[in-house]
Amino acid sequence: MQKRASRTNPLWTEEFSIHASEDKFVLRRQFSKFLVLTSFGMLAGNAWIWVKSLVAKTKTAFPEMVVGKSSELQPGGVKLFSYPGPNDPCIMVRLASGKTVAYSQKCTHLSCAVYYSQTANRLECPCHEGFFSIEDGRVLQGPPPRPLPRIDIVQRGDDLIAMLVSTGEESQA
Amino acid sequence: MKPILNEIRQRRRTVVDAAVVFLIVLLMVQMWLLTATLESYLAGHREAALPGLLLSLALTFACFGLYRFVERVYRVPDDLPRRPQNR
Repeated sequence: MQKRASRTNPLWTEEFSIHASEDKFVLRRQFSKFLVLTSFGMLAGNAWIWVKSLVAKTKTAFPEMVVGKSSELQPGGVKLFSYPGPNDPCIMVRLASGKTVAYSQKCTHLSCAVYYSQTANRLECPCHEGFFSIEDGRVLQGPPPRPLPRIDIVQRGDDLIAMLVSTGEESQA
Repeated sequence: MKPILNEIRQRRRTVVDAAVVFLIVLLMVQMWLLTATLESYLAGHREAALPGLLLSLALTFACFGLYRFVERVYRVPDDLPRRPQNR
């Protein structure tokens, strides 16, 4: 009789809305619901990456910007600048051979600022001892997973002009 | 009658546990997929974004299916075994 009454009334109207025989399943159900919600969250993350990749494809070329004077940089000299935006710190180095190279100053591991070590002739990240080649920005040692993004520098007269940012892997290809 | 009920509950719990473990495995694969896709995107391999999304979608569907399965198992009442004549 009691059972029949409980079937006609909604479960929530009962004083104890969870049957004793079923309470051991409640946590499992809630846990699996949480797992599914987490799965939807990660799907949203993947969708965000896809949308970002679509937006990035439609972007046009980077602006040309004068970032320094050639006469200011001696071999082994370093100049810091921002490119393409004010929040994108970069480092430019004049090599002993006279070539000028520039890279993003953010380490590809955890975005610490890399610096040029003249004695070792490489870019070094002080946070976790990640070292990058000064020639092409590839990883020499440490935890960074990718080469440093490279900024193409063109010399026009005395002006050094930044023209393009390419990811390290693109520039090595 | 009571031993039969206990057996049904035990079986149900085993099935639900297995489903939850499988859910966790799928979720770990999806976590790896998200980090791998992000890593590829940041490295400039934008072409990896769409396959990552599609695979993630399939994994989410699988997770949702398992969740529905857990819900369905839970909804079968204890006192109404489906085939009592077999016991």
